Amino acid sequence: MQPFVKLEGLVAPLDRANVDTDAIIPKQFLKSIKRSGFGPNAFDEWRYLDHGEPGMDNSTRPLNPDFVLNQPRYQGSSILLTRENFGCGSSREHAPWALLDYGFRCIIAPSYADIFFNNCFKNGILPIVLDAEEVDFMFREVEINPGYQLLVDLEQQVVVTPGGQSFSFDVDAFRKHCLLNGLDDIGLTLQKVDQIEAFEARHKAAQPWLFNQN
Amino acid sequence: MAKTLYDKLFDSHVVQEENGTALLYIDRHLVHEVTSPQAFEGLKMSARKVWRINSVLAVPDHNVPTTDRSHGIADPVSRLQVETLDNNCAEFGITEFRMNDTRQGIVHVIGPEQGATLPGMTVVCGDSHTSTHGAFGALAHGIGTSEVEHVLATQCLVQKKSKAMQIRVEGQLGRGVTAKDIALAIIGKIGTAGGTGYAIEFAGSAIRSLSMEGRMTLCNMAIEAGARAGMVAVDDTTIDYVKGRPYAPKPEQWDAAVAYWRTLHSDEGAKFDAVVELKAEDIQPQVTWGTSPEMVTSVEGFVPDPAKESDPTKRGGIERALQYMGLEANTPITGIKIDKVFIGSCTNSRIEDLRAAAAVARGKKVAANVKLAMVVPGSGLVKAQAEQEGLDKIFTEAGFEWREPGCSMCLAMNADRLEPGERCASTSNRNFEGRQGPGGRTHLVSPEMAAAAAVTGHFVDVRQLN
Repeated sequence: MQPFVKLEGLVAPLDRANVDTDAIIPKQFLKSIKRSGFGPNAFDEWRYLDHGEPGMDNSTRPLNPDFVLNQPRYQGSSILLTRENFGCGSSREHAPWALLDYGFRCIIAPSYADIFFNNCFKNGILPIVLDAEEVDFMFREVEINPGYQLLVDLEQQVVVTPGGQSFSFDVDAFRKHCLLNGLDDIGLTLQKVDQIEAFEARHKAAQPWLFNQN
Repeated sequence: MAKTLYDKLFDSHVVQEENGTALLYIDRHLVHEVTSPQAFEGLKMSARKVWRINSVLAVPDHNVPTTDRSHGIADPVSRLQVETLDNNCAEFGITEFRMNDTRQGIVHVIGPEQGATLPGMTVVCGDSHTSTHGAFGALAHGIGTSEVEHVLATQCLVQKKSKAMQIRVEGQLGRGVTAKDIALAIIGKIGTAGGTGYAIEFAGSAIRSLSMEGRMTLCNMAIEAGARAGMVAVDDTTIDYVKGRPYAPKPEQWDAAVAYWRTLHSDEGAKFDAVVELKAEDIQPQVTWGTSPEMVTSVEGFVPDPAKESDPTKRGGIERALQYMGLEANTPITGIKIDKVFIGSCTNSRIEDLRAAAAVARGKKVAANVKLAMVVPGSGLVKAQAEQEGLDKIFTEAGFEWREPGCSMCLAMNADRLEPGERCASTSNRNFEGRQGPGGRTHLVSPEMAAAAAVTGHFVDVRQLN
């Protein structure tokens, strides 16, 4: 996993609440057995005017000019600004894979769905929670300032605006540590093999039916 | 100290805890073809083994055709994903019910059906509807693919404890009102983010009266309220359901298992971080009108008028939903005509669901304006049971199609889908834009209400149908 320390990037505003993972990456693209290549199909149904299927040449498909991410001013954005309950619905990790592949390393919203929020950290994406009023403020700023960029500093846990305003955010200490260092969870857990084995032995003694061979 | 059921389940699986982050031991890992290929690939790339092979049970369900399977899967991309699961399970020695095994079905139907989901377990699956298994007094939740790989490799999950919410439903449900209606009424009340950050325990006399099938429907939809886990305390209904199933404890283990399972309830005086109460008598058959499960009303209700919503974000959401759904504000729900009917999904494809739908469809005909009404049993064993009871005949004589088991048109990864603009009465769990096919319009209802809509061609109060 790529570490996340500091990011200075262009902000794209997606002004909708309850954006679900079906919208972020529609189901037909879930048939892939790979982890990469989902970016061109992120928000597929909103982004293109035709119907997308795996294997199409996305560069020749008609873009929906009304979809915000298609506007020239937001090309190359790496921070997604959006509304509450982002990422609700399906647990598909294809959603953060698609956002990452598209170029987003950071999301700012008032709230997220639990599974999506968790999946982001596994993929080097930082989902930041700010108050609804702070998010509102940023939506207004983005709207009136073309080229609006934010500086995200994970170490200091702050988002800094071009005007120098600073918004602090909370992040779980363990997740922060993993993101800052790009650490693989599995490797960390496997350092605790002895504890897992000891637990397993006690658990098996107490509830042997959980370990039946079928 | 008095503990909640969630406390008991969580605390009894903590391997180690540091700064509020726990390493939680996982008893059962259910696997399907969509969210596992990248996890197996990760294991292979790191030369890691599966920690405990007999904790894993795999089944293909999302991509499988519900029509004749004798020639395999026509779509090469779907076929590759199912074959990848077959190959991974063979390579790692994992038990898999393959597509043509009679035990094959939707992962959240077959786990309980096999007794592979037991009270007191931690259950995970790379699928958000894993909350279903909480119906057994288990701690069950959906995980992403990175976590699938993590659980395969370590038998553990890194977890922070959620807050605990109790949703109490007291009283007796009226005729024609089901667990699905309770679930939708709850989501209508607390919203799709109302349960975010919580594990929900469903309690109260109306819940106690539900069958296991009903409890599974309810816990299945906990995720639609934002909660990763939903659960119901163990009682005789739970224990009677588990007894004799293939993966249930062996006869010599049974008494000890039951003695433990009897402790799986919230203690008297246990504290919840939030409590929500509903009266069973107040719940009517529910129908969603929008593109989120919280956009729901009773069958006696009307499509809402965005002009009456003061919050601009919500008003925009309603306007967008009505436009997508092709609905006018203030239309009575019973005035909405449908094109297709889908009875199935991990929410409502169990034998009790099919019996309830068949009871409504018996002796009637699918309305002329309904292009397709399909019944997709949750598993091969549900299908066989239904056929033994003659339910398939009732459906086919009424003009429904009787299909092979799988996820089917709940999310349309196989060939079953809505065409743009088509309107569907569906017993599934999500009415998101494009969920059942691009441009498709989904209305979530109970099996009874879906069958009633099929035979009348529009939404109708099943209680008024003779």
